[in-house]
Amino acid sequence: MAVLDVGSDTSAVTPVRKRRGPGPLFLCAASWLVLIGMAAILADRLPMQSPFDMDMLGKRLPPGSAHLLGTDNFGRDVLARLIYGARISLSVGLLAPVIGVVIGGCLGMLAGYFRGPWETLITGGADVLLAFPPLVFALAVTTYLGQSIPNMILVIGILGIPAFTRVARAVTLTLSQREFVVAARALGATHARILLRELLPNVALPLLAFFLLLVAVTIVVEGALSFLGLGVPPPAPSWGSMIGEGRESLEIAPWLAFLPAGVMFITVLAFNVIGDTLRALTDPRPARL
Amino acid sequence: MFGFVGQRLLYLVPVLIAVTMLTFLIASLLPGDLAYVMLGDQATPDKVAALRAQLGYDLPLWQRYLNWLGDVVTGDLGRSFRTGETIMSTVLDRLPVSIELMILTEIMALGLGIPLAILCAVRSGGALDRFLTGAAFAKLSLPSYMVAIVLIYIFAVELNWLPATGYVPLAEDPWGNLRSFLLPAMTLAFGEWPVLMRVLRSDMIATLQEDYIAMAKAKGLRPARILLVHALKPSSLTLITVSGINIGRLIGGALIVETIFALPGIGRLLVGAIYARDFMILQGVVLFVAAGFVVVNFVVDLLYAVLDPRIRHGRA
Repeated sequence: MAVLDVGSDTSAVTPVRKRRGPGPLFLCAASWLVLIGMAAILADRLPMQSPFDMDMLGKRLPPGSAHLLGTDNFGRDVLARLIYGARISLSVGLLAPVIGVVIGGCLGMLAGYFRGPWETLITGGADVLLAFPPLVFALAVTTYLGQSIPNMILVIGILGIPAFTRVARAVTLTLSQREFVVAARALGATHARILLRELLPNVALPLLAFFLLLVAVTIVVEGALSFLGLGVPPPAPSWGSMIGEGRESLEIAPWLAFLPAGVMFITVLAFNVIGDTLRALTDPRPARL
Repeated sequence: MFGFVGQRLLYLVPVLIAVTMLTFLIASLLPGDLAYVMLGDQATPDKVAALRAQLGYDLPLWQRYLNWLGDVVTGDLGRSFRTGETIMSTVLDRLPVSIELMILTEIMALGLGIPLAILCAVRSGGALDRFLTGAAFAKLSLPSYMVAIVLIYIFAVELNWLPATGYVPLAEDPWGNLRSFLLPAMTLAFGEWPVLMRVLRSDMIATLQEDYIAMAKAKGLRPARILLVHALKPSSLTLITVSGINIGRLIGGALIVETIFALPGIGRLLVGAIYARDFMILQGVVLFVAAGFVVVNFVVDLLYAVLDPRIRHGRA
């Protein structure tokens, strides 16, 4: 409710400014994500070639009728690999930030609500995680636990915790001063009730917007790990590893790197557009940047 | 002011200690007993035990960490188990590469970001401003490895102007050295300039509303002088913070870009240390990277006071 109050305040000051609603860009982004998402879910049932079948005589075929988007260095169908790659990129991209939003969100709310030594401890811990080189952590964990999709989700998820902690803490800090929290406290509500019934619904929306932005970041990080050969173990296709493999044949078959790069760019851009639109809607201040 | 600096320093020491502890813990979790690796075929239980004792590996983890920390305080970062070189000399060997990359990147990013930010701030809401806002937003979705591939394709494969990978030492061939750094620096600068442009632009728009700018205009000063002399300096605080963070990060090596372009900087040293399980190097480099980050941010805090007299006199 608090968010709505502030929103009407600012629109009273500047009645000319139109709220940024879902524009054509937002709709394009959403449709692309639906398309990619459907393709990823239905990958097994779509009438297309296997992403693993190699054809050493048909290596690096340019896009054509037999292979819609050509074949890669081992003669595997690029379109099929892109769609199976969407499975990996999207599942890592959507699941890893869940770890961050749950753990980071809880810690941030506790820090912002209770303040005191808890806050120092939690923000200090977040600073340590932020100062630690993230790829070192990722490299170490994949070396120790082995390369697999769940491990990658774990690594990227943990790395996302400090960012969520900061967002949740900042939002909780300002909300805790507001009248409805003071009122709840005056009515004798317990800490747990205030946190869950009063604060959580108001913290959830900014966190959701941040979540979508972090999905975009996660897809990029997953790509980086796979690009370096530390992500999904081959021969499973991932957009990052496809870009990495394509780099080696940039001179003979540039589309092998550019196709996955393009798909990844559009997907990440789509998540950013949607996340940013949501952020603009949940942010009560008029957009200054 | 000194109280503030002291407070920052006091806060950073525990962060540094925690970071090195975390590294120590992770390094000890990595599989593979170093004694076996070092002895190779000649590993007998006796020899392994003797070597472990010699390396101090039979001690509990916390004791090993304290020993290491004690050495660090006296300036001894230890030696690599594999090459026998001191960590200090290994890091100093690689550092010039990362620093050169960082300097070239910052020159390109600031050279592009500052003029564009001023143009956007002067005509905020204009066509250029709106276009660059969109471009900066789209850039968020372009990771460095994609930019690297596009740049390699354009400048190395198609135009054949610059080498795709490789490193030429500065002493051997200064021109070849610069050429080998251009593409990686462009890749990093491409990621950085939109951020720099955005922060400077919004600060500058705020500064241009200030009374003393109106005063300068009323005095009839030329717009270029107002913008560059009166407005730019007080507007550059956030810009300096952000470039400071970037510089701090780049001192630690640009891991992915250094790997793609085969530049022997700190980032590649780190990756190599992890692959080779060279814990001493890993430990030393992480400490170095974290310390570099901390020092740069510290310098940035000091720069604030130099740039804005209001902070120096404690009025901001």
